[in-house]
Amino acid sequence: MSTEHLPEHPEFLWRNPDPKKSYDAVIVGGGGHGLATAYFLAKNHGMTNIAILEKGWLAGGNMARNTTIIRSNYLWDESAAIYEHSLKLWEILPEELEYDFLFSQRGVMNLAHTLGDVRESVRRVGANQLNGVDAEWLDPKQVKELCPILNINDNIRYPVMGATYQPRAGIAKHDHVAWAFARKCDELGVDIIQNCEVTGFIKDGNRVTGVKTSRGTINTEKVGLCAAGHSSVLAEMAGFRLPIQSHPLQALVSELHEPVHPTVVMSNHVHVYVSQAHKGELVMGAGVDSYNGYGQRGSFHVIEEQMAAAVELFPIFARAHVLRTWGGIVDTTMDASPIVGLSPVENMYVNCGWGTGGFKGTPAAGLTFAHTIATGTPHTLNKPFSLERFETGALIDEHGAAAVAH
Amino acid sequence: MLLFSCPNCGPRNETEFHYGGQAHVAYPEQPEQLSDREWAEYLFYRENTKGLFAERWVHSAGCRKWFNMVRDTVSYEIKAVYRMGEQPPAIADRTQHNPSIPAPEGAKS
Repeated sequence: MSTEHLPEHPEFLWRNPDPKKSYDAVIVGGGGHGLATAYFLAKNHGMTNIAILEKGWLAGGNMARNTTIIRSNYLWDESAAIYEHSLKLWEILPEELEYDFLFSQRGVMNLAHTLGDVRESVRRVGANQLNGVDAEWLDPKQVKELCPILNINDNIRYPVMGATYQPRAGIAKHDHVAWAFARKCDELGVDIIQNCEVTGFIKDGNRVTGVKTSRGTINTEKVGLCAAGHSSVLAEMAGFRLPIQSHPLQALVSELHEPVHPTVVMSNHVHVYVSQAHKGELVMGAGVDSYNGYGQRGSFHVIEEQMAAAVELFPIFARAHVLRTWGGIVDTTMDASPIVGLSPVENMYVNCGWGTGGFKGTPAAGLTFAHTIATGTPHTLNKPFSLERFETGALIDEHGAAAVAH
Repeated sequence: MLLFSCPNCGPRNETEFHYGGQAHVAYPEQPEQLSDREWAEYLFYRENTKGLFAERWVHSAGCRKWFNMVRDTVSYEIKAVYRMGEQPPAIADRTQHNPSIPAPEGAKS
């Protein structure tokens, strides 16, 4: 089965150059955020003498390990602004990057299972609408109309009491997103350097002037850190700390099925999220493992709980087989919002702390981080997401408010 | 699934426990003298060690008591379990991420 055929690859994707002795800017991390940052640096700011350093292979970290969901139904104004801007960019990027990455606006539902859920959800719909984010409240019958395979019976442990719905939300083919950005970066002159691990930084006083790598020393005027999962390891090399904890986050896919799941369903309360990939796999995820970890694998009981929730909500999946599970490492902050901005080291900039929400934020992270790196000052959209907020107390507390637990 | 040795109850499945973050983060001795920066350090900044990490857990489905544990955050291997108030035992770190158990920053303030 195939609802949509995968796009043909262009003949040429990107070069594999050796690192030069110096660059105007170096981006550490060749995942979605690093690639998007380099793309907007080149496109919006005319900086083309730049390099992306990737310790493994391009987009092989969290970019290859997420569940591809894109939405902007966040509660707080600052989050709604940056994620909604991201969604608007997703809507124009396939054309701009001249590469179809199957952005499919099939809608995202966030289920409510308790009266508390209902109140929080209706409040978030109101907040979304005030912020220009498309959002609707659906009763169980409307939920069933949109997603007929959902069980809305009253006799289950956590019955569906309704859902928030964002029609413009959806999924995209994540690998193709990375390749689309990489191809354009290369076309604009950006050096994408794979198998190049950063081992240290060179500083003149408090100003960064170079990067030590497994492929030699590279001099540079500006450094942008985009290494989700390992941001605090890099920051430590540069001599500062980040309020970040790294946690394993895992996902799984089933074997291929006929198209049965027309939208994306998320449930914070029983904690599972499910969509059907273009080829037909059911893609599922849940929350992070509670403990810190860098092991790129998750706990079995987390899968067990999410599958139990999925089978109760979707009885049709009871006999589906799990084909593969995998884990990524996510940077989490205490307020569950990202850090995009300046660092305590001069000319070094940080983009981290996206937690479980990094993929959907890719275009806006790239756009705002590129602005910050090029101009040395934050963009309006990432200004609230500064490192200083932990000192000033101006936190953007999305814990439990952004339709998913972190 | 991990098997934790609760100091009171013995080996139990990890699902009986809840995680409490970095161990040995002491409440500031003179909180009224802390600057905003120091408060931020105490509230929001924790070690994020790649390697041996001293952390707190509570046996919420058992004795309901807190205890400390040293765990490798790469292999998830549990190196030591010890009671609250005790100091972490010396453990050779073969992962080389960290030469010894870190002196927690928060404990200094």
